Amino acid sequence: MSRHAFSTRLWHWLNLLCVVILFMSGLTISNAHPRLYWGEWGFEAERAWLLVPRFVDWMTIPGYYDLAAARDWHLLLAWPFALGLLFIWVAMLRNGHFMRDIKTRLGEWKPRNIAQDVKAHLRLDFTHGHGTYNFLQKATYGVVFGILLPGLVFTGIAISPGMAPTFGWMIEIMGGRQSARSLHFIFGFAIFGFFVLHVALVLLSNPIASMRSMITGGRRHET
Amino acid sequence: MKRRNFLAAASAAFVAGCNRVADSAPGTRLFAAAEDWHKSAHRLLNPRDALALEFAPEDISPFFRGNGTTQPAGDYPAHEANGFEDWRLEVRGLVRHPLSLSLDNIRRLPQRTQITRHDCVEGWSAIGQWTGPQLSTLLNAAGLREEARFIVFRCADELAGAEYYESVDLVDAFHSQTIVAHRLNGAPLPVRNGAPLRMRIEKQLGYKHAKYLTAIEAVASLDRIGAGGGGYWEDRSGYHWYAGI
Repeated sequence: MSRHAFSTRLWHWLNLLCVVILFMSGLTISNAHPRLYWGEWGFEAERAWLLVPRFVDWMTIPGYYDLAAARDWHLLLAWPFALGLLFIWVAMLRNGHFMRDIKTRLGEWKPRNIAQDVKAHLRLDFTHGHGTYNFLQKATYGVVFGILLPGLVFTGIAISPGMAPTFGWMIEIMGGRQSARSLHFIFGFAIFGFFVLHVALVLLSNPIASMRSMITGGRRHET
Repeated sequence: MKRRNFLAAASAAFVAGCNRVADSAPGTRLFAAAEDWHKSAHRLLNPRDALALEFAPEDISPFFRGNGTTQPAGDYPAHEANGFEDWRLEVRGLVRHPLSLSLDNIRRLPQRTQITRHDCVEGWSAIGQWTGPQLSTLLNAAGLREEARFIVFRCADELAGAEYYESVDLVDAFHSQTIVAHRLNGAPLPVRNGAPLRMRIEKQLGYKHAKYLTAIEAVASLDRIGAGGGGYWEDRSGYHWYAGI
């Protein structure tokens, strides 16, 4: 991984835009009915497993409560988000980025190796091999690409009544439409958590080189 | 506190940019196109006759919430007082034989009973058992004319001074689960759920399921109806006309 591939860089920034707009418009949609349930149905607060706090206006799109406007953004950006994810998976599998850099090997799952990685992170020591990911990075990217991002697409489809005739089996796997809605919310906040961690670690490690490499591709052997 | 102010300011600038895009002509067109892509994708991936999920009696929610209007005004209280004996449902517009049906007429038609999940645009869901004739039965009896493209549902209720109405295209109108319901969970429809008649459009969100139904109108275009959006919330707030998402 001497340089970030063009496909990686293109997708990274497109996906950032999608995720930010989807998250902020999603907060408005949450405000429309800020309770989450398990199972197929739910309305009453007593059945909710989570009473979601109201998200204040400045965190939301369009910046005030307007469900129709939030849905306009959410349903538009769902397209580049989902198609972009498909694109980056195909690109990562074709150019070897996934197999070479992200896929973990069995040996890396040893507790000692993981503990060492955790300790190094806590010391803010990011001097592991240039251009390679450590175990925690691989595992995190694996969860983001393998679970959270596709999970958001599939739970979003499961919430849509127009897709229920064909995708009823998927809704049932998720435990019902309200379970799918809860998972959509959980995955959304997990991505937000990843975003915060990702930005924090970039700032703590080598922000200028990281930014440059994600924009221009970086110098050879330097990322 | 400073950091939060910075975040709020950055967010405000970003949101202002988003809103400028949303208010522009290309932005509006893009949103409309995205709605169309969703509809096309749904229609492509779900066969025309595929059924929305149906449930077992034990899955029925104990209470079926009423949303929007839950007690219409005007002539409605008088109809309610005499048990909707004089209620008429008209089938009109681009049809060869306009109809005016009493509740008794409607109850004597072949009936469909289905236990389905109702999904509100706000996010909540409820499961209920609905009974009524298929809309296709009424439309076939009235005989749609060639030019008919949409079916408009007229309602007895007003919200904020405007009449509620909704519309679907012929794909949804002739879907086998699209029924004119007069019973919920084995009893006549409660007022909050649309007594005496309401639509069930099972593959779309709750605001499409027009309540307090007075007329079913076949039209060639939605342009001259209401503000042209195809429904009360579409006109008033810009909700999607295709509410399958």
